[in-house]
Amino acid sequence: MKNNEIRDLIQHNIKNKSHFSDKAMPLFFLTMALISVLTTFGIVYTLVVDAFKFFANVPLSEVFSTRLQPLSANPSFGILPLLNGTILTTIIAMIVAVPVGMAAAIYLSQFASKKLRKMLKPILEILAGIPTIVYGFFAYSVVTPILMTLIPSLEPKNVLSPGLVMGIMIIPMVASLSEDAMNAVPSIMKDGATGLGSTKLETTFKVVIPAAISGIMSSIVLAISRAIGETMIVTIASGSSKRFTFDITQSMQTMTSYIVEFTSGDAGSGTVGYYSLYAVGLILFIFTLTMNLIAQYITKKYGERY
Amino acid sequence: MKDNNMDIVYDVKGLNLWYGDNQALKDINMKIEKNKITAIIGPSGCGKSTFVKTLNRMIENVDGVRTSGEILYYGDDIFTNKLKVEELRTRVGMVFQKPNPFPKSIYENVVYGPKIHGIKDKKLLMKITEESLRGAALWDEVKDRLNENAYSLSGGQQQRLCIARSMAVNPEVILMDEPTSALDPVATMKIEELMEDLKKDYTVVIVTHNMQQAARISDKTAFFLNGELIEFDVTSKIFGTPKDQRTEDYITGRFG
Repeated sequence: MKNNEIRDLIQHNIKNKSHFSDKAMPLFFLTMALISVLTTFGIVYTLVVDAFKFFANVPLSEVFSTRLQPLSANPSFGILPLLNGTILTTIIAMIVAVPVGMAAAIYLSQFASKKLRKMLKPILEILAGIPTIVYGFFAYSVVTPILMTLIPSLEPKNVLSPGLVMGIMIIPMVASLSEDAMNAVPSIMKDGATGLGSTKLETTFKVVIPAAISGIMSSIVLAISRAIGETMIVTIASGSSKRFTFDITQSMQTMTSYIVEFTSGDAGSGTVGYYSLYAVGLILFIFTLTMNLIAQYITKKYGERY
Repeated sequence: MKDNNMDIVYDVKGLNLWYGDNQALKDINMKIEKNKITAIIGPSGCGKSTFVKTLNRMIENVDGVRTSGEILYYGDDIFTNKLKVEELRTRVGMVFQKPNPFPKSIYENVVYGPKIHGIKDKKLLMKITEESLRGAALWDEVKDRLNENAYSLSGGQQQRLCIARSMAVNPEVILMDEPTSALDPVATMKIEELMEDLKKDYTVVIVTHNMQQAARISDKTAFFLNGELIEFDVTSKIFGTPKDQRTEDYITGRFG
């Protein structure tokens, strides 16, 4: 009756099993999840409270002016120069990242052989793993000198060079996410197109890209959000001129590098300049949050309907 | 020598096909006649799907496929450059196992082929849409919602839309790879009714795992087993008095 012995043993063990960890571990996991959620709320709370102190002291007409001179005897806190710097670097980065990233994604997902894709994709993703300070250094010490030979009027610190390098940094993000979206288009749908005599290129542009558009769009929006929040490259290579200009050969400051400059010791706690950091941080946060919400909305609204 | 017999659409001569080292088709010889429905039956893995996908070279989308032998389409070998693969595929349409409409409107699905091949005239495109949808017995059900997404249709309607889509480029042949295997009996019946009309204008080659379906709709039936063409004859003969013991065993349900 060996079988019965085993059954009895198993039944005995089951009855005496302690269920402590089955109950305790989910609680532990919940606590861990709450830590990140609570931290987010904490950050938002601090931002809002201190940003409010800034807006209580500075009239809105000054906030939306082009004069940013936080340390002068007669200080002015116009945000437009910072917005301008951020938007210009972001636009330049997107001009680089979207076409290159998309083209790479199309090649990898539609034309490359399996073997080549397996080789190329990890190499592309190495780009994403390089620390941003290396990119910043690269922009300042390699890209800017090269650009100066082409554009003699280029200032040593300028918006063009970090914009371009930021674009290069973001390429893998656009390429990788768009490639995933295009790969997810069922091959039977592509067969439908090639079965009607479409070439591979026609199939790619008329069927695969429209079918993958939600993933592609959200990859682009996430890339914009990344560019807006990028700090190190612009801090190093675009300098800290608080100018309001559209000339990308000049030095400008972005919202992120403004925060870097001021947290490096210039602003005394409790001053308006100190609170301006929180105001800028809050605006930055609203920007990236909006972008992420747009990305989510696109994915939901135009999500795969097949 | 060009085959001048216009009643023979496909003349398959000594066709072999390998997936890597695996031989999936062995020395297939077969003539497919015009305006007939040719059914291809056989157990899973017998090569019937492979064979029909070879007829419009869709099989080449699979990695590591090699072929030998020739397939003459109205006398031209489809594996030579005499017939471009895109041209072949506009003359030979295909309907797949699962309905695969594009994630576009019903109208955009039908006009996809004509548009790709350079037809821009809106009136003509509308005419093509109506004719194709009528041809696929779908017009009455969708004429008021041509701009709705194709995925709002039921599975059976989607499959008829795919038939309409393939008809929109006015092919000579329509290949069907188990077109009803993902459909319910009612939708299957509708497609079978449609087949009878299709053969007036088209030559149809249909792969089916459903023997009753082959018996009901086809004029000629080919029985494939392990990559070989065992028997090919008039449907009533295949199901009535098969010559080969293996055909008889299969159609009487002794295996497969």
